[in-house]
Amino acid sequence: MASPVPVKEKKLMEVKLGELPGWILMRDFTPKGIAGAFQRGYYRYYNKYINVKKGGVAGISMVLAAYVLFNYCRSYKELKHERLRKYH
Amino acid sequence: MNENLFASFAAPSMMGLPIVVLIVMFPSILFPTPSRLINNRLISIQQWLIQLTSKQMLAIHNQKGRTWALMLMSLILFIGSTNLLGLLPHSFTPTTQLSMNLGMAIPLWAGTVITGFRYKTKVSLAHFLPQGTPLPLIPMLVVIETISLFIQPMALAVRLTANITAGHLLIHLIGGATLALINISATTAFITFIILILLTILEFAVALIQAYVFTLLVSLYLHDNT
Repeated sequence: MASPVPVKEKKLMEVKLGELPGWILMRDFTPKGIAGAFQRGYYRYYNKYINVKKGGVAGISMVLAAYVLFNYCRSYKELKHERLRKYH
Repeated sequence: MNENLFASFAAPSMMGLPIVVLIVMFPSILFPTPSRLINNRLISIQQWLIQLTSKQMLAIHNQKGRTWALMLMSLILFIGSTNLLGLLPHSFTPTTQLSMNLGMAIPLWAGTVITGFRYKTKVSLAHFLPQGTPLPLIPMLVVIETISLFIQPMALAVRLTANITAGHLLIHLIGGATLALINISATTAFITFIILILLTILEFAVALIQAYVFTLLVSLYLHDNT
């Protein structure tokens, strides 16, 4: 199970399944690390869909759809009562 | 139905955490900063719109008033984007909360009034008495002008809150009516649906117009006082 490259530096797709818990525990969970993760995720999305030569409406509409979904999940508790049922 | 109607205006909190801060900060993600001379399409469209609006809005101000350009442009962007995002289903609109609108209106109005009093004291005090009033009416008119001055921030805040809240409520009500009418009479439901579509178009317009009106009035108060 020991591999020549240390587990910490491998990308997620190259980590073997058995090493996964160790890999997750070795990630940087400090505030700076979490902020870095958010920043990397943001720029990954931005550079793929918006910061391109001929960006379309898909880039921003995916963000808006995720926002709608987030708000739906947030208010699910009140929306539960409005389902179409014979007896509430 | 009664409790549900106003439930969407409550401050959002997930598992006890107030996430209203996150929702207020969300529109800022949709306005990326331009980093190059020629940017991507999203930034180019936004830059063009901002240039158009700022030229229109700052044309009436002198040099001193134009120092407020950043404030006015960010104000109209914030209110416009927040109102438009509130038209998405299930979303929370921060501008429906009177507290937030008061928080925006009172400091801005107070800023314009204090600027006027600091730099042009005589002219600012002279605003309290319109030209050419008959002598006996002067005391009453000064009182009236003072009241109308102090009501300006309240009117700004309440106008924005009431317009956006009323629009959202109407959409809720008419949408609920359409759903309830489908089983009873399809024609009436169809008519109500057309009304809903028209109302949504109106709400898009209202969202933008309210932002514009808010900013325009602040700019007018500024113009009086610089």
